Amino acid sequence: MTTQANPDASTHTVVRDERVKERNRLQRLMIRPEVGAAIGAILIFVLFLVVAEPFREASSLATVLYASSTIGIMACGVAMLMIGGEFDLSTGVAVTFSSLAASMLAYNLHLNLWAGAALALVLALGVGFFNGFLVMKTRIPSFLITLSTFFMLAGINLAVTKLVAGQVATQSVSDMQGWDSAQKVFASSFTIGNVSIRITVVWWLVFTAIATYVLFKTKIGNWIFAVGGDAEAARAVGVPVTKVKIGLFMFVGFCAWFVGMHLLFAFNTVQSGQGVGNEFFYIIAAVIGGCLLTGGYGTAIGAAIGAFIFGMTNQGIVYAGWDPDWFKFFLGAMLLFAVIANNAFRNYAAKK
Amino acid sequence: MTISVEKPSSDAQSGGKVPLVELKNIGKSYGNITALKDICLRVHAGEVTGILGDNGAGKSTLIKIIAGLHQQSEGELLVDGKPTTFGSPAEALGKGIATVYQNLAVVPLMPVWRNFFLGQELRKKTFPFSLDANAMRATTLSELSKMGIDLPDVDVPIGSLSGGQKQCVAIARAVFFGARVLILDEPTAALGVKQSGVVLKYITAAKEAGFGVVFITHNPHHAHLVGDHFVLLNRGRQKLDCTYDDITLEHLTQEMAGGDELEALSHELRSGKD
Repeated sequence: MTTQANPDASTHTVVRDERVKERNRLQRLMIRPEVGAAIGAILIFVLFLVVAEPFREASSLATVLYASSTIGIMACGVAMLMIGGEFDLSTGVAVTFSSLAASMLAYNLHLNLWAGAALALVLALGVGFFNGFLVMKTRIPSFLITLSTFFMLAGINLAVTKLVAGQVATQSVSDMQGWDSAQKVFASSFTIGNVSIRITVVWWLVFTAIATYVLFKTKIGNWIFAVGGDAEAARAVGVPVTKVKIGLFMFVGFCAWFVGMHLLFAFNTVQSGQGVGNEFFYIIAAVIGGCLLTGGYGTAIGAAIGAFIFGMTNQGIVYAGWDPDWFKFFLGAMLLFAVIANNAFRNYAAKK
Repeated sequence: MTISVEKPSSDAQSGGKVPLVELKNIGKSYGNITALKDICLRVHAGEVTGILGDNGAGKSTLIKIIAGLHQQSEGELLVDGKPTTFGSPAEALGKGIATVYQNLAVVPLMPVWRNFFLGQELRKKTFPFSLDANAMRATTLSELSKMGIDLPDVDVPIGSLSGGQKQCVAIARAVFFGARVLILDEPTAALGVKQSGVVLKYITAAKEAGFGVVFITHNPHHAHLVGDHFVLLNRGRQKLDCTYDDITLEHLTQEMAGGDELEALSHELRSGKD
């Protein structure tokens, strides 16, 4: 770390004591933030196993996982941001923004699709930086800043697409250079046994694993919890609060870009109006997974479980033959239940 | 500690040594409100400087300037004799000035050991340089037991500890990370008698170990027990600047309580009761 000239712990007595390890693993497991979500996920899984016969097939699980993964990759970034004490409402349209940008830049400038994707990444990170910079500079709550960004991006998506492409969707880019390799990375499938699994499922797990590692095993992770838990205290002990928070917004931008690339290479053309409303799904996944809206608490695994619950409910209702119109009702009811349950769990954890 | 080649400073007690931290005519105003004016203060290694003052006297503003949270509007801040302005608390920390705030600058939801090492985490020496959680746990435990705090589990959120325990974690943290100057903002304010004693003993130990300690308090008894040097603030002005030998506890208490005002008050109350 460059901000601190000396306080170097290596010059001091660092005690290593093998007896001092985590104790009482079961109890520690019980008070983890995602335990409520895990129990909920098992209950919902069993429910659909019982009521929906098609749900029991392996291919259905693959479909559920796919639905979970596109929410889960984004929810991973959103959860990190929420642990860092901030909020992003522009994620849903930021996904569309990224895929539109990649597609139109590559198409109109006759670039390799990878070059288009790289430019889109710069833009997506730029949007994240813009959000973070404004939140930190103005000290206006991120809810309001990103609400503004949400509308601005939604407007840009529609207006610029119409201006450039002359219609509400982008042109086909599947015959352009770089399509095949990019599709392999962002939107391919592979088979295990005779079940076809989308590559995003793997990416989802990779994102979650890396985020978990960063949160609990690195300095940055420690700082993320600290800036979310008490930004002033974190600043007082030398944590670069502004950089951490702007970095988190940019990570959300990166996740949005990644999901955006998946959409582009999975569907070839991108509808400029899509993505509106998805930001709530990401937030719901993170909150169901145990993230506190006030920051400083939560896990990436929790967000992944939250996304899995989302995917199960989304597909399970169809498999059960229920009217899919009920999906949002269930989602809302689950969110309410999760928030109350997580609150109870956290109070229990605080007493331990 | 370097010997100054210039003429001896006006502070007789320092014997010509350069103070770790020195304030010269420091002033601070917020808009048209003057919070501090003409504050002079020296902090030497191996000395406890007690800063006393009633609520609103400007104690907090003063430590925020030394700690790097605010910048002075006038006057000079010297560290090791060199004029300095701190842009951030990290810069002050880098110069060895550590502050233990009244609110302790801890993140309540985080475990004790994560708070202890926050901002200066230990990492393993080998790739991928993960946090060395076990070393941090063990170090936290042993540093705390030196303070006489025996926590069964350093994985509990720090918010669940008592005020005295939190205070000790915060002081132990500053000491462990090589502070030369320790600024303690009302460390005994929220503590019981016994735990105050622990903290006061620790202040004396820190002083004997060569730390410069700035002890902010509104309790003259606590200040007189450990202080070598007293500065009394009143409404943003320096009212008193003297050494331990110059002042008795009674005098300090009286000055602190408002001096003549207190006598008048006492007279008024007593005669009212009779």
